[in-house]
Amino acid sequence: MWKTVVRRFLIMIPQLFVLSLLIFIMAKNMPGDPFTGKITPETDPARIEELRELNGLNDPWYEQYARWVGNAFQGEFGNSYTYKVKVSTLIGERAMNTFWLSLLTAVMLYAIAVPLGVLAGRFHNSWFDRGVVLYSFISYAIPTFVLALILLYFFGYKLQWFPTTGSVDVREVPGSAGYYISKIYHMILPAFTSAVLGTVAIIQYLRTEVVDAKSMDYVRTARAKGVPANKVYSKHIFRNSLLPVAAFIGFTITGLLGGSIFIETIFAYPGMGQLFISSIASRDYSVITALVMLYGFLALLGSLLSDIIMSIVDPRIRIE
Amino acid sequence: MSFMQIKDLKVHYPIRGGFFNTVVDNVYAVDGISMEFEKGKAYGLVGESGCGKSTTGKSIIGLEKISAGSIIYEGENVTNKRRDRASAYNRDIQMIFQDSHSSLNPRKRVQDILAEPIRNFLKLTPQEESRRINELLAIVGMPEDARLKYPHEFSGGQKQRLGIARAIATNPKLIIADEPVSALDLSVQAQVLNFMKDIQDEYGLSYLFISHDLGVVKHMCDYISIMYKGRFVESGTKKDIYDNPQHIYTKRLLSAIPDVTPNGREDRKLERIEVERNYQAEHKQYFDENGRVYDLSPISDTHFVAATSSALKGGN
Amino acid sequence: MKTSEELLVIKDLHTGFRIKDTYFDAVDGVSLTLRKNEILAIVGESGCGKSTLATSIIGLHDHNKTRVQGEILFKNKNLAKLGEDEFNDVRGIDIGMIFQDPLSALNPLMRIGEQIEEGLIYHTKLTKEQRVNRVFELLTQVGIPNPQRVARQFPHQLSGGMRQRVIIAIAISCKPQIIIADEPTTALDVTIQAQILDLLKDLQAETGSGIILITHDLGVVAEVADRVAVMYAGQIIEEAPVEELFNNPKHPYTRSLFNSIPQMNSDGKKLNVIEGIVPSLLKLPRQGCRFSPRISWIPESAHEKDPVLHEVAPNHFVRCTCYKEFYFKGEEGGRA
Repeated sequence: MWKTVVRRFLIMIPQLFVLSLLIFIMAKNMPGDPFTGKITPETDPARIEELRELNGLNDPWYEQYARWVGNAFQGEFGNSYTYKVKVSTLIGERAMNTFWLSLLTAVMLYAIAVPLGVLAGRFHNSWFDRGVVLYSFISYAIPTFVLALILLYFFGYKLQWFPTTGSVDVREVPGSAGYYISKIYHMILPAFTSAVLGTVAIIQYLRTEVVDAKSMDYVRTARAKGVPANKVYSKHIFRNSLLPVAAFIGFTITGLLGGSIFIETIFAYPGMGQLFISSIASRDYSVITALVMLYGFLALLGSLLSDIIMSIVDPRIRIE
Repeated sequence: MSFMQIKDLKVHYPIRGGFFNTVVDNVYAVDGISMEFEKGKAYGLVGESGCGKSTTGKSIIGLEKISAGSIIYEGENVTNKRRDRASAYNRDIQMIFQDSHSSLNPRKRVQDILAEPIRNFLKLTPQEESRRINELLAIVGMPEDARLKYPHEFSGGQKQRLGIARAIATNPKLIIADEPVSALDLSVQAQVLNFMKDIQDEYGLSYLFISHDLGVVKHMCDYISIMYKGRFVESGTKKDIYDNPQHIYTKRLLSAIPDVTPNGREDRKLERIEVERNYQAEHKQYFDENGRVYDLSPISDTHFVAATSSALKGGN
Repeated sequence: MKTSEELLVIKDLHTGFRIKDTYFDAVDGVSLTLRKNEILAIVGESGCGKSTLATSIIGLHDHNKTRVQGEILFKNKNLAKLGEDEFNDVRGIDIGMIFQDPLSALNPLMRIGEQIEEGLIYHTKLTKEQRVNRVFELLTQVGIPNPQRVARQFPHQLSGGMRQRVIIAIAISCKPQIIIADEPTTALDVTIQAQILDLLKDLQAETGSGIILITHDLGVVAEVADRVAVMYAGQIIEEAPVEELFNNPKHPYTRSLFNSIPQMNSDGKKLNVIEGIVPSLLKLPRQGCRFSPRISWIPESAHEKDPVLHEVAPNHFVRCTCYKEFYFKGEEGGRA
């Protein structure tokens, strides 16, 4: 199996190369440059030109690209034009926030979706099932920002149960127990919002899987053995239905890492998504390109992760 | 005189593996078979699942890529020309599938299903085309109003007859029938088989009948080839195969077919055990060291057996 | 013919499926007896109700959508009255079942050993170690070489014939008195079919159980059955010991079926075709002789108004009187 993993990693190199080229060209073709925003009526055009020259922005694109790729290999994505710090440092800080937020979201997502999907499938066509279907329709139809704003307004402003911005209470000392509790406390509302919106796909998928599994021949065999109904469900139906969902975890996690853009912006949560939006607004090339590269890498990693999980949980699939 | 010859046909599938996903081996699905087809005759291809009989049929009609060998149709090599839409070969060789249900497009009416081969291969005016469709429906014993219906409105036997109607729309010379009746009930199967015989006599059709059911093949075919691991183990007339089987695999296959009478079943069981014992014991005389079937050698004008000469002498 | 004690007695069984609040009986008044030490074959074409009959006996129907009336008497219990949960005391222990498609009938994610062991967990007091040994014993009994290795394998790693042997091992794991085999060899090649049929017969002789063999294949019936019941449109239309039925079939349907087998008149002669089609469940004729629409050339007067089974020879029963005047279409008005 390690052979396949290594091969898959090697295949990722040309994929990432093509991705980087596309990103770089598109970033270069965006209107404006990092200094556009700083132009005031008093700015001397010669000074702007000087800055552009100094930052190598007037070089041919391929020279800029080569320089960028060369640095990227050393984990060096240059400095942020806006924040005046290294891109790697900037993203590093934010990435940890996003990582923890995504993890909490994933936990909540599966904690809500799996029981609902499984029970709806088991009690197909019951009042409970209909309730779950209704819930799915509503959460599917509702846009992210609407749900986020409703929850923010209700739990944040009205009830004041949860904080509405930031990732940690600034008064807490980093490293103390209170600091970590505060961090989790800040994540709950954005994670919940994101989880609710993600449940539809998993619930519907699981529900259908369970309903289908009930009429499978091997379930009939289990019944013919005289296995009690509860055991038929736990050992045959649920286990087999959860398999494709389990295999999808890889995609889900990387999807969450990239998909937190709206949530982080609305909840003013300082993660990668929020950084992405703000760096687009300020034409902060070095940050944008680094982030898109990172998202691309995560997507490739996610599919590899899913394939590996699949080969572990399903004996019919064996990666050599 | 035969109108079509198949020479040393091979279909190999590559197995990929290793670090760079290179071809490490081949699956020899069809591994060197030769056949000739005469007008008005039915040929049976018999074997157990995975022996390559369906692949053979598909490769002849062009649904599988041929790795080696050739197909000569009326003196012309058509091995690599099978993709040409207007070719006589494509018009003259048609196929009937086992699952008539899934081989008929559920969104098309019967008239559109039948019109497709007509439009592809025959240049008819709309009136002529319509008349031809009615004709086809009459041939397969269905009322004219069937043309406006969809496939799901028909029973299994009717759908199989529609499949046949589609296959004979272009007046083909050879129909490849891949397990055409295995999904049907006995009484419906009888109906379809009778009907296939009728149109064979009437239009001088040839059949390549692919089946695992030796009873059906015996009923339908003049010549029979027994296939195992992509090769023919024995080939001959119906009489040669059933009355004078030579290859140990043929004997084993024949002894396994249930007889439709309970009389003497204990003896048959003992005979089966005996044949099975011989099969294990004489394996070497019929298969080479790699388990591959030997080349066919003639033992009469019509009868060919794949075995070493010592086995054949011992058998006679 | 082996005669011995009665294992299972079915009396006037009706099994109906609910379609839009109306029940349609797929099994429509079947009475049958299964004895110890015999293989009873139930033959018929698709839709005749033979599989429904099997699932009613072992309670595998969807209990919410099915109505079972009449009696299925086993050990002084009426199985027709049992609910899904109560059936768990019968299924696996007293009645085992062998299924048609051995690949789909096995859980793809469970090891072979686990799947055979499962029935033992709920029906016996064996310890884990004893169960594992019993699994090896069962695998050996159904003719699987190297049981220790096979027990650790998954279904997709075995051939079709091996998988069917595993299915049989599951069915006999708790030594049931009754085994229901629903088309046990339909999905298999002929050589494998012969092996599996021999195995079934050997197991039956060894254990003295009664086997109900559901099949459409008269060849299979001829090879293994002791007694045969032919079903048409939800009813048994003929029942006899196997030699009697094959050598002396009476009912027009049975005779028509025999005449449509390609193997018997294999010189390429015309096969017999039964007029019309098998009626669907919703359109099943519920009165008079159900086969009469398909032998329209036989006069109305030949049929009984309310056909019952007549004993025409010892243990040979035929439904309706039309067999007396039946002749094949095209033949001179000869009699049976």
